[in-house]
Amino acid sequence: MPVNTIWVVAEPASGGITTTSLELLTAARGLGSEVAAISWGPATASNAPLFGEYGATTVHDVGDLGGSLPGVPVAAAIATLAGSGAPDAILVPASYDGRDIAGRLSARLDRPVLTNVTGLGEEGSLVSEHPVFGGSLTVKSRFTSEAPGIFVIRAKSFAAEPAGGAPAALAALGVPETGATGTATITASHAEERTGPSLDEASIVVSGGRGLGEASAYAMIEELATLLHGAAGASRAIVDAGWVPYSHQVGQTGKTVKPAVYLAFGISGATQHLVGMKGSRTIVAVNKDRDAPIFSIADLGIVGDVHKVLPALIDALKNR
Amino acid sequence: MNVVVCVKQIPDPAAPPSLDPETHTLDRSGKLILDDSDAYGVEMALQLVDAAGGGEVTLVSMAPNSETGGLRTALAMGASKAILVSDPALKGTDALGTAKVLAAAIRRTPFDLVLAATESTDGYTGTTPVQLAELLGLPSITFAKSVAIDGSTVKVERQTEAGFDEVSSPLPAVVTVTAGVVEPRYPSFKGIMAAKSKPVDHVTVADLGLDGQVGFAGARQEILDVIAAESRDHGEIVEDDGDGAARIVTFLEAVKAI
Ligand SMILES: Cc1cc2nc3c(=O)[nH]c(=O)nc-3n(C[C@H](O)[C@H](O)[C@H](O)COP(=O)(O)OP(=O)(O)OC[C@H]3O[C@@H](n4cnc5c(N)ncnc54)[C@H](O)[C@@H]3O)c2cc1C
Ligand SMILES: Nc1ncnc2c1ncn2[C@@H]1O[C@H](COP(=O)(O)O)[C@@H](O)[C@H]1O
Repeated sequence: MPVNTIWVVAEPASGGITTTSLELLTAARGLGSEVAAISWGPATASNAPLFGEYGATTVHDVGDLGGSLPGVPVAAAIATLAGSGAPDAILVPASYDGRDIAGRLSARLDRPVLTNVTGLGEEGSLVSEHPVFGGSLTVKSRFTSEAPGIFVIRAKSFAAEPAGGAPAALAALGVPETGATGTATITASHAEERTGPSLDEASIVVSGGRGLGEASAYAMIEELATLLHGAAGASRAIVDAGWVPYSHQVGQTGKTVKPAVYLAFGISGATQHLVGMKGSRTIVAVNKDRDAPIFSIADLGIVGDVHKVLPALIDALKNR
Repeated sequence: MNVVVCVKQIPDPAAPPSLDPETHTLDRSGKLILDDSDAYGVEMALQLVDAAGGGEVTLVSMAPNSETGGLRTALAMGASKAILVSDPALKGTDALGTAKVLAAAIRRTPFDLVLAATESTDGYTGTTPVQLAELLGLPSITFAKSVAIDGSTVKVERQTEAGFDEVSSPLPAVVTVTAGVVEPRYPSFKGIMAAKSKPVDHVTVADLGLDGQVGFAGARQEILDVIAAESRDHGEIVEDDGDGAARIVTFLEAVKAI
């Protein structure tokens, strides 16, 4: 059965749409003959040319959510739309709101979800790829349920490439009554100040882990990142400990990064960390334990103390 | 204030995981322990009930076998009782099927709040709690890094890409917590002894009226293949003899990063 219609949930981000959403649109147009986007927020109409460029012929605009978390209203709107003609597949970015939308939609439509998808292909039907055990194995799956199949796809699984299509046609998509489910509201938003390139896009990422010993040592990670014009990242251990904000986390529940160089200081290399950085072009690791799993994928491994290597490295770069 | 905590019992993550050669799903046949991710929800629930000045923490769990080791750990932390849905028919159940089971089990006990982890260690779909909320007809707030109750409202700091949002919702609601939300306590000796006699209600799929909706058939998906991913070899691993930083500089020059 060929794949015809694919819907892509496209998340708004500061006036545009997220890079992951553009990646999903690019993948969708390679797999289906008809691609539509579903988006929300004030900028959807002005983004119609962008949606078109990446292959969507229509963008369904859910409009202003008025402080609601997106999960409930967006899923309810999509479910209504699916009621008058379901697509073959719905692609959702693996983000906070994306997972909420996919979960809500799955229960509403009574359709299963395939999550942690890093690849999609057409083999008679859509076949998805999922990394397991830290990315050492790939599981290939498909739905046996009736359409639509809901796929939650990780960032950087596909390249985002414009195809030069005409602006997408805009269609308003209303939100049905959601009762008690839709009552969670955002009362305030806090954004951290970050300077330099973003973690997702930096060509050099310098990350620190519990091996730094204490929160104040993270300043060395930031200093090194600045010297290398890169971004500072972290393992979940030090995010949970409150040393650095969550937005620095690399890994399964954090960001996926694929820089030219990834430097890991005092990070053991747990499977959940590896899936977020294994795609880096080169990897440098400093760890005092020769058996740390991070060394099994490092192009250069230094068995040593971060408190010696980091200051020396910062000095050496300053003196260049 | 009554809080239900969804807790998953999983194979010990420290042991090398393996796939069932026939079904390609995670082999869950051995001993099961409390998923560490759920210890945060249990602790959060205990603190919220404490702050409210009364109420109960009830654990709800689903597994193909009737293992209770993980539940005893959470009971030893201070939870009052547990509902365990265990049935061989649950083997192969997906996230939506799990949510159906948990929803039906939760309906058997009074609650003001349901807590779960943002994602489990062995399944990590992160969708189960949201599917559960939809089935229960409740609002949900995911990725909580702090949770407080204010009258009949739950107030959460929710992680976002850029920082965090303050989100509030009327109770009852479903909230998922991150590992940063609270520091779980270690069960005391007294707690461990007390846990042995706390009630664990064993429930089957038929008891919940969910025959046919769970297990491999209910999951409506299939694993076609498991293949070795492109492997990544390591390069030079050297002891730092005071030249570690210099070696990194040379490497960065070689790859034209500096
Ligand atoms: C569902 C789930 C999702 C998860 N998602 C993520 C995720 O997205 N990202 C993530 O990173 N983790 C994630 N984790 C957590 C992961 O399993 C690990 O616990 C975490 O990555 C460990 O962080 P770490 O390497 O900093 O700490 P540790 O594992 O404690 O390692 C510290 C390392 O530092 C070394 N060290 C100590 N002192 C020094 C020194 N002076 N000099 C040099 N080296 C030293 C030690 O040898 C050790 O290897 C997740 C876990 C679960 C269950
Ligand atoms: N079988 C289960 N029993 C109890 N709780 C579960 C079960 N599966 C998932 N959960 C809860 O839902 C969370 C997210 O799970 P998952 O969707 O597998 O990532 C878990 O951390 C648990 O809190």
